[in-house]
Amino acid sequence: MKLTLKIWRQKNATTKGELKTYPIDGVEGDMSFLEMLDVLNEGLINKGEEPVVFDHDCREGICGSCSLQINGEPHGPDRLVTTCQLHMRMFNDGDTIVIEPFRAKAFPVIKDLVVDRSAFDRIQQAGGYISVNTSGNTVDANTIPVNKHDADESFNAATCIGCGACVAACKNASAMLFTSAKVSQFALLPQGRIEATERVLNMVAQMDKEGFGNCSNTGACEIECPKGISLENIARMNREYLSASLKG
Amino acid sequence: MAILSSSIARKVAMALSGLFLVFFLAQHFTINITSVIDPDTFNSWSHFMGHNILVQFVLQPVLIFGVVLHFVMGIGLEIKNNNARQISYKSYKGNKNSTWASRNMIISGAVVLAFLGLHFYDFWFPEIVHKYIESNPLDATRYYPELVHKFESPVRTGLYCLAFVLLMLHLWHGFSSSFQSMGWNNKYSKGLRAFTQFYAIFIPLGFIFIALYLHFNQ
Repeated sequence: MKLTLKIWRQKNATTKGELKTYPIDGVEGDMSFLEMLDVLNEGLINKGEEPVVFDHDCREGICGSCSLQINGEPHGPDRLVTTCQLHMRMFNDGDTIVIEPFRAKAFPVIKDLVVDRSAFDRIQQAGGYISVNTSGNTVDANTIPVNKHDADESFNAATCIGCGACVAACKNASAMLFTSAKVSQFALLPQGRIEATERVLNMVAQMDKEGFGNCSNTGACEIECPKGISLENIARMNREYLSASLKG
Repeated sequence: MAILSSSIARKVAMALSGLFLVFFLAQHFTINITSVIDPDTFNSWSHFMGHNILVQFVLQPVLIFGVVLHFVMGIGLEIKNNNARQISYKSYKGNKNSTWASRNMIISGAVVLAFLGLHFYDFWFPEIVHKYIESNPLDATRYYPELVHKFESPVRTGLYCLAFVLLMLHLWHGFSSSFQSMGWNNKYSKGLRAFTQFYAIFIPLGFIFIALYLHFNQ
């Protein structure tokens, strides 16, 4: 397969970037998108040029490291997969592929296609945890009964890998889907109810402080999320927030 | 209070003011459709709305507050949202994951707001002048002829119809979206969404029908 890649190149956070065109040959349908970029980088290195910098780690779709806006969609045209699990068979010979970093004021570009997603870490640190006594008297979580529906919903929310595709897809660069998944996974369990009020207030406050936009309920985040996190989580977070605000 | 500046509280304010305006639209449509069915009923209902103290001095200010709150919050949210992505994508395929109506509420809202300006110029300001500045004697039969007169112009009728199409798109996303903003997303949401989409089509189409009926039945 012969392709034309238009890739965002940016030296560092302070310089202006631009799309640069790279022709690439010998791409096979069974390659993952990141393997295709590896081939491109090998060629660039052999020519003495600087390789394209992009984020990756597990390459199994579970770590949330890979990102990339591919032809106008986060993680590319396939559904429920991350960029590392996107295969080149989704493209045709002769295609032009535009590759950009995830765009948001809260996700500043570090270099080329790598963005700083530590804003998500700070939202998580603001309340995405439960306080548990770990001094030797830890109570087994399974001693508290949880109904099946809530356990399943909580688990579904917990599958969010924090990749940032929701922010990248949203026309407002909103982080509501991520934050709501992290709020929901605890809000649905008895262990999470103890700190539920301060959790939702603090996480939403941090989300706003980071400069993410508001939710317009377009649903783009849910469609583009590689883990299929549901919009129901956003509604749940809104309920939690309103209830916590009235209490507090 | 911190809650008032939070993103979720602002969305809830948008949702509540939007739902109030949706309710008002149904009431406005109910009165307007009588102009097609029975002009005498239209005259008597219009006279009641124009001279009832509760409607004029309590409900009308609440309505104006609702409209102003909705568009001021909407513009504020739009500015914040634009600021959240300062460098745009070179390639962005919004139509792959969302509807045009959901992504362009600011455009449909701005057209509806501009229409409100025209509508006030046509009906509300002349009514205020008639009642409170010129202090004309009461006349419960003047409303229907004034309404028919306004729709003589094909340009005005066309502008009204265009605005109602944009209102349809605004309601198509906004009505159901308001429930999500307030945390309502459950097993009943599918049915509720069907109702909101029916409403989003029925009410603006009804207004278009009234405008065209009055224009072609001069």
